[in-house]
Amino acid sequence: MVCHIPFFFRNSYDSDNTTFSPQGKLFQVEYALEAVKQGSAAIGLRSKNHAVLLTLKRSTGELATYQKKLIRIDDHVGVAIAGLTSDARVLSNFMRQQAMRSRMTFGRAIPVGRIVQSIADRAQTNTQEYGRRPYGVGFLVIGQDETGPHLYEFSPSGTAFEYYAHSIGARSQSAKTYLEKNFESFEDAPLAELINHGLSALHDTLQQDKSLSLHNTSIAIIGPPDAEIENLAQSAAAKRGNFRVWENEGVEELLKAWRRSRGEPEDGPQEEQPAAQPSAEQAQSAEGSENAPAGAPAGGEDVTMEEQ
Amino acid sequence: MALYHNAPMAHSQEPTAAPIEHRFNPYSDNGGSILAISGKDFSVIAGDTRQSEGYNIQTRYARKVWQLTDKAVLATNGFAADGNNFVKRVKQRLEWYEHAHHKPMGLKSIARMIQTMLYGKRFFPYYVYNILGGIEEDGSGAVYSFDPVGSYEREACRAAGAAQSLIQPFLDNQIYFKNQQPEPGSQPFIPGNLPLATVLSLVVDSFTSATERHIEVGDGMEIYIVMNKGRTTDDLLGEGKLQKGMQIEELGALGEGSGERTFLVRQALKRD
Amino acid sequence: MWKQPSPANSSFNEFNTFPLPQTQRGQSSHAHHGPVGHTQQPLVTGTSVLGLKYEGGVMIAADNLASYGSLARFRDIQRLHPLGKHTLLGVAGDMSDFQWLKKELDALLREEDALALTDSHPSLSPKNIYELLSNLFYARRSKMNPVWNAVLVGGWDKVKQESFLAYVDLLGTTYTAPTLATGFGAHLAQPLLREAYEAKAGIDGNGPLLTKEEAEKVLEDCMKVLFYRDARSLNKYQIATITSEGVSISDSKSADTYWKFAEGLRGYGAQTQ
Repeated sequence: MVCHIPFFFRNSYDSDNTTFSPQGKLFQVEYALEAVKQGSAAIGLRSKNHAVLLTLKRSTGELATYQKKLIRIDDHVGVAIAGLTSDARVLSNFMRQQAMRSRMTFGRAIPVGRIVQSIADRAQTNTQEYGRRPYGVGFLVIGQDETGPHLYEFSPSGTAFEYYAHSIGARSQSAKTYLEKNFESFEDAPLAELINHGLSALHDTLQQDKSLSLHNTSIAIIGPPDAEIENLAQSAAAKRGNFRVWENEGVEELLKAWRRSRGEPEDGPQEEQPAAQPSAEQAQSAEGSENAPAGAPAGGEDVTMEEQ
Repeated sequence: MALYHNAPMAHSQEPTAAPIEHRFNPYSDNGGSILAISGKDFSVIAGDTRQSEGYNIQTRYARKVWQLTDKAVLATNGFAADGNNFVKRVKQRLEWYEHAHHKPMGLKSIARMIQTMLYGKRFFPYYVYNILGGIEEDGSGAVYSFDPVGSYEREACRAAGAAQSLIQPFLDNQIYFKNQQPEPGSQPFIPGNLPLATVLSLVVDSFTSATERHIEVGDGMEIYIVMNKGRTTDDLLGEGKLQKGMQIEELGALGEGSGERTFLVRQALKRD
Repeated sequence: MWKQPSPANSSFNEFNTFPLPQTQRGQSSHAHHGPVGHTQQPLVTGTSVLGLKYEGGVMIAADNLASYGSLARFRDIQRLHPLGKHTLLGVAGDMSDFQWLKKELDALLREEDALALTDSHPSLSPKNIYELLSNLFYARRSKMNPVWNAVLVGGWDKVKQESFLAYVDLLGTTYTAPTLATGFGAHLAQPLLREAYEAKAGIDGNGPLLTKEEAEKVLEDCMKVLFYRDARSLNKYQIATITSEGVSISDSKSADTYWKFAEGLRGYGAQTQ
């Protein structure tokens, strides 16, 4: 891993995000990418008609609610986050402004690639201006525009890439392995199948003793609705094919369908439920600080970082 | 126009060497009329579709009534450019409210927000008369009316625009029962409790009459009907309930759909 | 329609009928430090623009004259301006504001084209451009610094596969209709356009639209009527057609006019008896 720095040396190239190390690294950026990896997993995949996001929510403890990881930006754009929730709110707010600006000035839904590029450009300035820090959050962005559905990854290094399928966050390499093995069938996959693939990939990011449940799983969809698996009476957004989120009771049917497709008992393994559901405001801090003891890579050993 | 001439931006009285010119007048009056009537568990908001300037008809179809949420419909009248841009800003504010609170803004909050937004331009006003109709949190039908700088009140009904002076007295008589005497021994009149069918025919009569007597009113009419959740729709959708030439469509829920329903009825008006 | 220009620092009113009150230059501090003078007036102006939807597209017509008050100052200017492949503006009012507008919009469209190189997203549609123009005009009027034009936007909507025609002016007033006209055209041509349109399409517009030939004939008739009666017009005009194929602007042409009757008129002009 790139940031295996002997702890007994003071790293003199990481206190200022604008200074390169002799190896050509910006350490603050590398650390920001670590923050993304500590967030719980988010998965995105797309077909020729749909784009979906699947996330694993964490709670900071028995008494805490599960932290939301899906954010609606506009009718045609939404994001999944991994990393610092508060940084995500700054960036998603900016995206909402961009989206609204496009609708107000041109009466046009902003093209997905351009809204992603706008936050990537913002993140880039943080790597080049003295006295700033990179964002500690990564996004998977889904959206649809006149060129069809899209899936993008935004990362704190200031990049934005488009994908057929992708995963970020803790243990996301396991999901990536699954996606790489299956992605060729995604293009023509119906919505239900796409979601099942996504859930299978998400499942692979779980620790041994955990399973997907209506408490920890949330799914966002963009594209034409499927009345077979979506409760259209519950969502005007779904009826219009806009960005919609299914979670809690709303995700139950999707989970059941997935379990059936794997030949598992529909109700899944029974686990104990959290005692209470306090208000969302109480679980605001680091989106994924919980399971990770200080210093340990939350994602486990299978997380490696790609060199760009 | 009175608004504009009184605007506190007038030139200083002293003579200047700069060229004297007719000052650019940033306002116009685009005619037309709007009205809204509330019922016990519904609200009706209507407007004609003619847009004019002086004796010219600019278009025979321009929208003056706007669905804001599943429970709120706004009608604007006056200077069309101000009206359109005001509605645009209101909708913008409603979207940010929903981002922040994960629910649509309630009717009375929208009314207060509109006051704030109008008064915010007190010294360069939106030359627009607004009427807001919809369903209140307690499920009752409501109408709020505004002046261009934000004074507002909740009423049982209101007409505004070019034919206000023709329509309002009619509504005063028919909705508020002004100059009517209940039969001795019968129930006293209570405004705001008329059945939907009665309200609809009052709306239609208001606009057909205004079309006859006012040159700026005509071409077409759009009537929005907002119904409280669980309310029967038989008195609107039932066989023979609509007058001849009326077209109706239901506007799908905008939000997660808490049960209120909005219908849009269109009817042609005379074009001369 | 656009009045007589009064030259800057003129000491007379716009009809040269009475002198304006003056103060000595430099004597009054108000002369130069008065409120910022956004307010302007049109100087070199173009007159009516006409627009008409027909079967498969939309046509926009405007003459080639830019007047300086009552002086026919420029007699070969084009007031039809294409924007991208499927949009065209027809502009009346101040010609310098029009030139500024062209510059701004061309720059914007170039930027869009550059972005499209990376994401292949379709460029701004006629509706998108119209929305932008409306915002621009309304924003400028709200700053009491109007863009002194009335603009028709004609276009072809590739998604809906239908023609687009809309109006916006210096007040930010907007509307759309199957036939449109600015300035004198709103008085003289609009009734003729509506009559021709409704004769086939009916009042609800559900019937067949005019053919290309019929539409062109109606516009030519209207341009002739305007030339006869609008003193700020010229018998030299262009007609643009916008269809799914794109924009095409005709060469300048003239209507056949008939002035013989003028010789028989008595009571005007220089005749001796």
